[in-house]
Amino acid sequence: MPQFAIIAVSILFDGLAYAMFLFITSVGLSVTMGLMGFVNLAHGAFAMAGGYIVVSLTRDLGIGFVPSLLIAAVLVGLISVVFERGLYRRLYKATDLEQVLLTIGLAFMAIATATYFYGPIPKSVPLPLWLQGDINLGFRSFPSYRAFLIVLGIALISVLWYAFERTNIGAKIRAAVDNRRMAESVGINVDLLFTLTFALGSALAALGGGLAIQLFGLSPSFAVLYLVLFLIVVAVGGLGSLKGTLLAALVIGVIDTGGKYLYAEAGGFFIYAITIVVLLIKPAGFYGRE
Amino acid sequence: MAANDPTGAQSAIVTPVRDAAATAARDRAAEYLVSRHRFRWAEALPWLACIAVFFLFPDRLTFGSQVLVMVLFALSLDLILGYAGIVTLGQAAFFGIGAYTVGLGAARLGWTEPVSGLFAAFFVAALAGFISGWFLLRYRGLTLLMLTLATAIMMQEAGNLGSEFSGGYDGLPGLVFDPLLGRFEYDLYGRTNYVYALVVLAVVFYFVRRIVYSPFGQALTGIRENVRRMHAIGSPVHWRLVTVYTIAAGIAGVAGALFTQTNAYVTLTVFDFENSAKVMVMLILGGTGRLYGAFLGAAVYMIMEDYFSKLSPTFWQFGIGLLLVLAVLFARRGVLGLFEQFGAYFTKEKSKGAKP
Repeated sequence: MPQFAIIAVSILFDGLAYAMFLFITSVGLSVTMGLMGFVNLAHGAFAMAGGYIVVSLTRDLGIGFVPSLLIAAVLVGLISVVFERGLYRRLYKATDLEQVLLTIGLAFMAIATATYFYGPIPKSVPLPLWLQGDINLGFRSFPSYRAFLIVLGIALISVLWYAFERTNIGAKIRAAVDNRRMAESVGINVDLLFTLTFALGSALAALGGGLAIQLFGLSPSFAVLYLVLFLIVVAVGGLGSLKGTLLAALVIGVIDTGGKYLYAEAGGFFIYAITIVVLLIKPAGFYGRE
Repeated sequence: MAANDPTGAQSAIVTPVRDAAATAARDRAAEYLVSRHRFRWAEALPWLACIAVFFLFPDRLTFGSQVLVMVLFALSLDLILGYAGIVTLGQAAFFGIGAYTVGLGAARLGWTEPVSGLFAAFFVAALAGFISGWFLLRYRGLTLLMLTLATAIMMQEAGNLGSEFSGGYDGLPGLVFDPLLGRFEYDLYGRTNYVYALVVLAVVFYFVRRIVYSPFGQALTGIRENVRRMHAIGSPVHWRLVTVYTIAAGIAGVAGALFTQTNAYVTLTVFDFENSAKVMVMLILGGTGRLYGAFLGAAVYMIMEDYFSKLSPTFWQFGIGLLLVLAVLFARRGVLGLFEQFGAYFTKEKSKGAKP
């Protein structure tokens, strides 16, 4: 197989795995922002919390990696409800600026707490054997962890798509994103709906945080470092759009990976350039409402 | 406070006088506008404090000039965030452009004259502000946040790409500048730097004070409070925003240039997201849209950071997060806003403040 084809396949494979991580972590943020217009900069902190719970469960309690992911997602989902009911709720009608400040304050506190308990050095997790090796396809071998990420991502996308497009509750969420007042006046309990989606979104973020440990390592700065990426995916994809978030995650995942393969010195330059171009042309993102 | 002023002033000018009540209202509006930019005695306090610091803490003046630089930076943000209501996460871009204009000028071109360096930084940063503002200020909310944030990080990445020229993340260390005005050498205790920073701050502050109390400043407040109404009365909203964004970018550039000159080094961390977030936190803690909020917020933040981060950086980070949460929940108008509330409480006067 020619050299460029191998590179192209590698970029697609790694980019796809990266895109799945971006999608899983950002989709909750997109839906909650679309529903309430709430700018939640603490979303990265929920992902980080999920990551650290996975670290504790696997390292200290010896629970397997996959069950730990599930436990972390459920725990963070429950904790997020407390934050939503206790703090966020008070600021739904406040300005963007106040929401930004409150949630960035929460993110700072989360980073400090994580540094206090886990230290600033990046953590890793022990993986089960079946996730450690490589899958050999003849011309190149691919890490099976990334293959797992892609399979998991596709499965989650299918479930979310079904829930969003084909179930009663998904229809209610779509209605509320489109027109909150109208949805309320036909009897949809948007408050409750929001708490549910917020919890689900945070749980998915925690899952993403747990999955990210093997990819990037987990340090307390994760909460802010990757937050910018999640926000870019949400803004480029369009608020509250599942399709948009997926498309944005794919575009950004593949382009960033490609940039790192072909022109590593540029760092994140391509992501930001793409973001600016897309937002200048389509301010509301790919599938956002103008 | 200023919720209805711009429109009040406008209607006072354009509507024909019908009766005594209208005349009285017009006089009141005019009187209010005139009285706003009068110098008040309390305004001398921060400046006296700055002068007192020079004599009381002669061994902390290097830190003192860092505080003054941040005050200047926060002031530039106050102009666009506090007065015009533009929420940006990318003000560090202009700070960095100013810092690198002076840094690269000194390291690559041998342009080591400090005062002309400030002017160069102002113009380069203002040009960048004009170009990016013209594109970006059509957008609001999350889109604007992301665009400004991405602009600042892209500057950083571009600096890293051209690391042979810019020095990359290692920065430009050991810059040497000419003596100030050809006469004043830089001493070990940073006395020259402190006085230099204070004079620059005072000049820029006067300039900003003139702007915010001018009709142009009133129009900005109007845009912040009710952008639709400003469109409706024919105000050129986009150009006003671009103008103030350009000026604020220039001031941030001057702050960055001062930062480089007083530290004698600069690295790409000036473009960090943290730098943009930090200056916003300072301004919020002090109080937005009131000029002296930038003063108080930057000073309080820098002093607390200096003290607590020596004890424990982790503790400090937690503390600043908690402060932010508490400020949003209980003191939305900053420390100065709290003072005003206490003042109003004691004089038994209902605060006339209108929250945006």
